[in-house]
Amino acid sequence: MKTRISFEQELQEMNEELAGMGEMVVGSIQKTFRAFAENDRELAAGVIERDRAVNEAERSIESRCLMLMLRQQPVAGDLRHISMALKVVTDLERIGDHAADIAELVLRLNSGGSQKRMEVLAEMVNSVQAMLQDAVDAFIRKDQLLAEQVERQDDVIDDFFNQVKEEVIKLLKEDRESPDRAVDLLMFAKYLERIGDHAVNVCEWTEFYDTGELKHHRIL
Amino acid sequence: MNIKIATSDLNLYYGTNHALKNINLDLYENQITALIGPSGCGKSTYLKTLNRMNDLVPGVKIDGKILLDGEDIYSPKVDATLLRKKVGMVFQQPNPFPMSIYDNIAYGPRIHGIKNKARLDEIVENSLRGAALWDEVHDRMKKSALGLSGGQQQRLCIARALAVEPEVLLMDEPTSALDPISTLKIEDLMGELKKKYTVVIVTHNMQQATRIADYTAFFLVGEIIEYAPTTELFSRPKEKKTEDYITGRFG
Repeated sequence: MKTRISFEQELQEMNEELAGMGEMVVGSIQKTFRAFAENDRELAAGVIERDRAVNEAERSIESRCLMLMLRQQPVAGDLRHISMALKVVTDLERIGDHAADIAELVLRLNSGGSQKRMEVLAEMVNSVQAMLQDAVDAFIRKDQLLAEQVERQDDVIDDFFNQVKEEVIKLLKEDRESPDRAVDLLMFAKYLERIGDHAVNVCEWTEFYDTGELKHHRIL
Repeated sequence: MNIKIATSDLNLYYGTNHALKNINLDLYENQITALIGPSGCGKSTYLKTLNRMNDLVPGVKIDGKILLDGEDIYSPKVDATLLRKKVGMVFQQPNPFPMSIYDNIAYGPRIHGIKNKARLDEIVENSLRGAALWDEVHDRMKKSALGLSGGQQQRLCIARALAVEPEVLLMDEPTSALDPISTLKIEDLMGELKKKYTVVIVTHNMQQATRIADYTAFFLVGEIIEYAPTTELFSRPKEKKTEDYITGRFG
């Protein structure tokens, strides 16, 4: 006889909502980057507006997890699953925040500025987007191999950030960019770098789901 | 950690029913070990082999070894009564004798030859204190134990077991007939008891096992499927059967 049917169903619903939030955040990032590439102010404004829905999804999943803990007293794999969800939503929500932060920068940085010519920034954008997509896929599918790959990607993103920083300094020294815009460009890269860090966190929690370890430290 | 009781290759048959299959288990001194598993899995049967309570069951056949401090408890040289003094037991239903609180506790020591009143008073008080019951009953020692609440009766039974100065305490679902507050009192008490005794508890309440036990053994159809530190067993069990049972996906 199959047991815990309603618990299984609630876990499934939690998973679907979590996957939905992951996709929502990936969507926000894609739109932000398209708004940046195409200087689409309307699209950027839409991302800022959409951040509220991401925040609401976080609250809703947190509430689900806490209710499951209260009513079902999960152990073993169930406990790791629900703990992972509770932790991952925080990172997803931050990524959503950074998507909105970047969208605000897109609204400020007008078209034709040096950001268009800064190839390394465009490359960084593409890498972060791919990394986030992989991180979300890894945790939805509980794909440990993919999660490990994403974690290794973090150094690449950090390198990109340093390259952008050097470019920005160069632009300033050569007086080819205003200090205001230079700071915005650096902030842009910093948000990207932070998104990379959160993507790594998502993957680390995906590994925790499997092993009970976080960064090779046993926490459960 | 010292091994208090070492079980090796233990098999137990009730007639043709092979109730315990090749059990190997080391129980550690001053630790609480929980035995969990579905009804009929052998956990209570195993508990009862530890003080030879199964000897009383007709048609029982036991082979293998159980060493208490290195001494085989099934050796013909061992007196089962003396063994049960060392390895005390508390049951699911509180079972006070129909006599006064004082006499319930003094019963065991008297049987073992202690007659001195002052010495008995001391044992009774210490045992009741050890079972966290003294403060509630010290002014009604002559009253019948049957007038106590269920939770108090169970602590009285624990005190009665302590009165003969055991080394090991076996508890067979000691809180399953109690209300939640009495249950928590006994759980707190077990934390104290393990400082002096080695405790083995059979429980169907897995939350209880996670709260109180240092080690947990999962039994299934007469076998031990997994034995590990409790936090390990309940957070990342190695065996799928254990995971299925503790997460309720069993059956």
